[in-house]
Amino acid sequence: MGRVVVEVMPKPEILDPQGKAIDAALAEKGYDRFRSVRQGKRFELEVDGEVTEGDLELIHRVAEEVLANFVIEDVVKVEAL
Amino acid sequence: MRIGVITFPGTSDDRETAAAVTAAGAEPIELWHNEANLARVDAVVLPGGAAHGNYLRPGALAAHAPIMTRVASAAESGLPVLGINNGFQILCEAGLLPGALVTNASARFECVDACLRFENTATPFTSAFQAGEEIVLPVRTKAGAFVADAQTITRLESENQIVARFVNDPIGSTSAIAAVRNEPGNVLGIIASPEQSIEAGFTPADPDTKLPAKPDGLKFFTSVLAERVN
Repeated sequence: MGRVVVEVMPKPEILDPQGKAIDAALAEKGYDRFRSVRQGKRFELEVDGEVTEGDLELIHRVAEEVLANFVIEDVVKVEAL
Repeated sequence: MRIGVITFPGTSDDRETAAAVTAAGAEPIELWHNEANLARVDAVVLPGGAAHGNYLRPGALAAHAPIMTRVASAAESGLPVLGINNGFQILCEAGLLPGALVTNASARFECVDACLRFENTATPFTSAFQAGEEIVLPVRTKAGAFVADAQTITRLESENQIVARFVNDPIGSTSAIAAVRNEPGNVLGIIASPEQSIEAGFTPADPDTKLPAKPDGLKFFTSVLAERVN
């Protein structure tokens, strides 16, 4: 069984209130080393057998069509594990 | 007149929306997300709620429901389509409206009565209003902040596609945008709940005076009825 990881991040210019809230909570606990925190998403897609080039192409398409919304997000990684 | 009200798994405001349709004098037609046709409706409303639990992104999974293929082709031929809150998110995800809706700047679910000012009223759902007119509607959303790239915002401004803005934006929307239409004007999305202000005695409170506001939400539904009759 093969597995492909897709990672999606909010576009840099989009305000990320969740990341900001996490950053504030870290600072509250005394972890003030971080300039900022941004929160993204990681998807793991499993296929039967080895991951083929065709699978990766399909997953790129699925990532663009469904997993990410290009108005607000970027696909930053598509990688077979 | 038959106005379709689409229910997705997780839609919560479909009954109030159907009641608003009835109050306006039209016939609400219940439509289920996996239906393959629109049952000859004259307009369609996507109500608020949390379709598919808002998994992935608000509206993202609902945008791929079978009925949305029909909504898209009917919208292309001019069918009036109104998306309220989650319905607005679904229309953006489906590409029927520009931009996207993201988490409020406060990162909180906001539940407030807010004042909206109309900019352009040339849609089937807002013809009973005047540009510059202010109305009060309840705003209840976690992801109501409208975003789009600068080029798109400029185009929306110049093409008169910004239908209404918040007077005091409670959610941190780009340019305080509260309602947007598509280019032809038949598809409208709004981050506020017209269906929650249809009857005197049960309206939101004016944020300034604290007095009950007028039931102006009803006019969204009577507008589309008047368009049809004319």
